[in-house]
Amino acid sequence: MFAPYMLDAWIVATLVALAAGCAGYFVVLRGAGFAAHALPMAAFPGAALAGLLGIARFYGLAVFALGGVAGLAWLKRAQRPDAATALVLVALLGLGALFLSLSGQYSNAVYALLFGQILGVGPADLPPAFAIGLGVPLALLACFRPLTYSAIAPDLAAARGLSGAGLDLLFLGLLAVTSAVALPIAGALLVFTLMVGPAAAARHLTRAPLPALGLSMALALVIAWAALALAYLTGLPSGFFVGTLSAAAYLAARLKR
Amino acid sequence: MTLLQPGFFSSLPVQNALLIGAGAALLSGAAGVFTVLRGQSFAGHALADVSAAGGAMAYLLGISPLLGFFSLSVLGALALEALGTRRAAGRDLAAGIVLGAGMGITALLLYLDVTVKGSAGAAVTVMFGSLFATPPGLGRAVALGALAGLLGLGFIYRPLLLASLDGELAKADGVNTRLLGAVYLLLLALAVTLSAMAVGAILSTALLIGPAAAALRLARSPVAAMGLAALLGLGCAWGGVWLAYQSYGWTPGHVWPVSFFITALVLVVYAAASLARRA
Repeated sequence: MFAPYMLDAWIVATLVALAAGCAGYFVVLRGAGFAAHALPMAAFPGAALAGLLGIARFYGLAVFALGGVAGLAWLKRAQRPDAATALVLVALLGLGALFLSLSGQYSNAVYALLFGQILGVGPADLPPAFAIGLGVPLALLACFRPLTYSAIAPDLAAARGLSGAGLDLLFLGLLAVTSAVALPIAGALLVFTLMVGPAAAARHLTRAPLPALGLSMALALVIAWAALALAYLTGLPSGFFVGTLSAAAYLAARLKR
Repeated sequence: MTLLQPGFFSSLPVQNALLIGAGAALLSGAAGVFTVLRGQSFAGHALADVSAAGGAMAYLLGISPLLGFFSLSVLGALALEALGTRRAAGRDLAAGIVLGAGMGITALLLYLDVTVKGSAGAAVTVMFGSLFATPPGLGRAVALGALAGLLGLGFIYRPLLLASLDGELAKADGVNTRLLGAVYLLLLALAVTLSAMAVGAILSTALLIGPAAAALRLARSPVAAMGLAALLGLGCAWGGVWLAYQSYGWTPGHVWPVSFFITALVLVVYAAASLARRA
């Protein structure tokens, strides 16, 4: 399990879990679950288009994820933001389906991009994983007070001169970057799971902000490691373990209270 | 230029696709009006994602995909009902958790489809649909399902509308909002199932939300919105089938995915409705 060729997978899983666990705390706090689900989906056609054009996957992912942020910020002003978000989300997924279909590697690529291939990571995935694994938690911790403040008491934060829109944009941008890096590894659907499950469980166990944040990151880490180990031992897809363990953690935390 | 390539209406797969598209679009459009009114777009999307596990399971067990999709989306609806809290934020979270668990299970089942059953195309069919390659008997089953769903919706229409617009008022009026909400979630599960047959599980949200959101902008009353949503959905579904049929000539020998055209048309209709309202 700890053979040299598995080392990259362990490192990347650790870094992605740190970023997702940390970002997830704010996703739950700010009630941004739908946005967190939508951004990896928005990035999905980017990976498909990159495959079609033959360019590096990361560029396609980053462009579409950041485009997704602009779209979400713009849709906030729509009459029914959640309906508009849902529509743009599925339209982008449909576009991704088209790109994949045109590139002629349909079924395998669909599965890999939606559910991830943690065992398929290589040395090339390390630099971006390090960038988000360390950068995203640091950036979020730097903005810890304003982000928490504007989520809990938006009126008060506005009165103290914090720009809600600017913070929101920054937060969504960090989510987008995390999604873009984590997508090939965890898959468009399961990046989100790793964000929401541990964070929601942590919020159920403790209300204090910093302990909840730490607990969320720790749970995400344990889930990612357990998923990787179980995937290695059983030969079953890692996404299955990430998804079910995250939900189990949340349920356990709920029952405990 | 001929408007229709020869053989459009006489082709059996096309007839089947038009029938499934119609059933899915009519029920989803009408039910979607309530989904949008109740602000449950994310819950509807979560149900669709969970139903994907059912689609994958159907391959594994060799049962009808309709049965697979429906059983899992009913399970998802029950889970949402059990986890769901009163506050909107808590509801989003519940939807997220249910969705995540469903996706994990889907990952496993699709993997088993490929390794155990050798169904290499299962991932595409379940997630993005393949309307031209559905089994021939499915069209009739979808039409029957849509009819049953529309009848059920007509039956609970009045109390549901009241409860969707003003829950407190409905309670004061003696409506059992919890039971009503549960029955509505079952109808939603049926609508999602039919749409998943047409455009695939994760794209079925397009038919559920898009026509309904557009119709609510244009129509003056909820009943009119339901009718208009059903018609807009039907237009998008049939338009998508037609465009996909045409696309065979654009990239020689390669049909573009029907689901892409249907979701794109839905987005266009929604954007046009938003602009029309503003003008």
